[in-house]
Amino acid sequence: MSANIVSETLPVNQEHALFLFQEMLRIRRFEEKAAEMYSLQKIHGFLHLYIGEEATGVGAMQAFTPDDAIVATYREHGHALARGMQAPVLMAEMFGKATGCSHGHGGSMHFFDASRRFYGGYAIVGGGLPIAVGLALADKMQGRKRVTACFFGDGAVAEGEFHESMNLAALWKLPVAFLCENNLYAMGTALVRHQSQTNISLKARAYNMESGAVDGMDVLAVEAAAKRAAEFVRSGNGPFLLELQTYRFRAHSMADPDLYRTKEEIEEWKKRDPIPLFKFRLQEWGYLNESDMVRIESEISAEIEEAVRFAEISPEEPIEDLLKDVSTQVKP
Amino acid sequence: MTYREAVRAALRKALRGDPRVFLMGEDVGRYGGAFAVSHGLLGEFGPERIRDTPLSESVFVGAGIGAALGGMRPIVEIMTVNFSMLAMDQILNNAATLRHMSGGQFSVPLVVRIATGGGRQMAAQHSNSLEVWYAHIPGIKVLTPATVTDAYGMLLGAIPEPDPVFIFEHATLYPLEGDVDETAKIADINRAAVRRAGRDVSLITYGGTLGKTLQAAELLAAESIDAEVIDLRSLRPLDTAAILDSVAKTHRAVIVDEGWKTGSFAGEVSAQIMELGFDDLDAPVARVCSAEVPMPYAKHLETAALPQVEGIVNAARNMVPRHG
Ligand SMILES: Cc1ncc(C[n+]2csc(CCOP(=O)(O)OP(=O)(O)O)c2C)c(N)n1
Ligand SMILES: [Mg+2]
Repeated sequence: MSANIVSETLPVNQEHALFLFQEMLRIRRFEEKAAEMYSLQKIHGFLHLYIGEEATGVGAMQAFTPDDAIVATYREHGHALARGMQAPVLMAEMFGKATGCSHGHGGSMHFFDASRRFYGGYAIVGGGLPIAVGLALADKMQGRKRVTACFFGDGAVAEGEFHESMNLAALWKLPVAFLCENNLYAMGTALVRHQSQTNISLKARAYNMESGAVDGMDVLAVEAAAKRAAEFVRSGNGPFLLELQTYRFRAHSMADPDLYRTKEEIEEWKKRDPIPLFKFRLQEWGYLNESDMVRIESEISAEIEEAVRFAEISPEEPIEDLLKDVSTQVKP
Repeated sequence: MTYREAVRAALRKALRGDPRVFLMGEDVGRYGGAFAVSHGLLGEFGPERIRDTPLSESVFVGAGIGAALGGMRPIVEIMTVNFSMLAMDQILNNAATLRHMSGGQFSVPLVVRIATGGGRQMAAQHSNSLEVWYAHIPGIKVLTPATVTDAYGMLLGAIPEPDPVFIFEHATLYPLEGDVDETAKIADINRAAVRRAGRDVSLITYGGTLGKTLQAAELLAAESIDAEVIDLRSLRPLDTAAILDSVAKTHRAVIVDEGWKTGSFAGEVSAQIMELGFDDLDAPVARVCSAEVPMPYAKHLETAALPQVEGIVNAARNMVPRHG
């Protein structure tokens, strides 16, 4: 199944379809609010938005159970939300508050949640892959049938850690689902200018690993492909590399003037915006009418307003606790 | 038994005592370890627990971190400290940060053993003593066992630690002979040790230079200079109290460190004495470190580059006033 574009989708019922739609819309609105909060200087540091890529995170996350592990990158707001982390603790984290999912130690790039086996956002490109390999090794050695899902960008494919991780995971047949979100850019460097072989899923062949690619703007296609990949891995066949072909509509980060691509290119991709694309299908199927839409938007809006309110009123970590979590506190 | 056998005995005991413990690294299995430390363990524990890895320092250290997060107790061997540079991303950015960055949600109970140091004519890419680079990093522990007993006890002491521990084994120590009490309780890995008590000058060292420093102390004794020898044992955390206690007694300190002098761990010890024990000093602190040169191959040049007994004796002699 190497390197084929997988586009067939599973039959989908109304409830699940609406769930996927709401998940994507929630991420979109959360990210829009994050951008606004950044402009208001409530959020500082680096802020990387997921706008345009919602179908990849939401679709892929459907393939993993609460027992599975998730490893993500600094562009992880969508993955965290799709994993069930709540908007208020994420917003509070970006506000640098004690109630944030990492107590304000991590910020936008470093969300963590032990209770959801969300092993974090990693801000060194490629740095999360070896961690995912190790989590999978622990599962294999302890005889657990769990999968580790590892998200990373196309830029990470150029790092040595990608190649080391692919090789070791395949060599030891470890249960890792490698999920490459190929948005065609690593910061300002286009895929064609950073890869000698731009077909990313093909790279798995060098490691004797199974792989595939999917239209990352089609949430159902992503879900179907991710489920196949996860089942392959879960059945003890070793790792799988799935390339999710997507595009980011916003700049790399809030600090990026976006000078390296044309407005026309972005507009062209926006025609394939995963949210209106899916909304259109839902309407076609009679799953969604205008009053549903108004209700969904207002529910999401309330949730995100609540997240901002919670972040605003939350306390900061006391400075006395500055060194608290550097090492484990050993009880005397 | 030898230092090498002591490390092996500790590995064996750890592997027998806890099914979560496993060893991984380059050539730890079939080859038996580049320094023969893990010789025989593959036969006893099998390839699941004695894992030969590809030449991929970054992923096998990172996988150690991930496996620790996943409930295992990995021991990772890095053949030589120079090779550990290829894993520095995982060490600095992941192992050392995960606990803090996650707001205390995750800890990384990982042990990494690294062979270090010069003196074996291995030239510029296999002979460095880079412990100070590790000691710079909050969130990890850095141990430097210098005796056969510590080779055994400090490894066993590291395994139950909830956070990452890096153990530096100086490669010249592996053949060192000594006694190990395998029934003794595991060593305290946070404290320095007084290896020789004395009144006139404190010789402060760790790891591979302990032997040379003790020899220097004997030569100084012949000149009626009574040197105290402090073995730091742990660079992070640093037992500052032990250093200050000794300096309060002797009023003089020579720090012996196989790292290059600029930015050396000796510089850190010296600064701590200056900040916290300045009034106790009767002479400026001296440092005996490696010369500022990539490690040369030729024996006479390598010897000249590394701290030697004579240099330690001279440094101490220069700061102790002549008796009678
Ligand atoms: C090792 C490393 N080098 C460089 C950077 C700076 N940097 C941050 S994100 C990025 C681009 C990564 O692109 P990609 O992996 O495709 O992810 P995307 O941002 O597109 O989601 C770069 C170069 C970094 N964080 N880490
Ligand atoms: Mg990219």
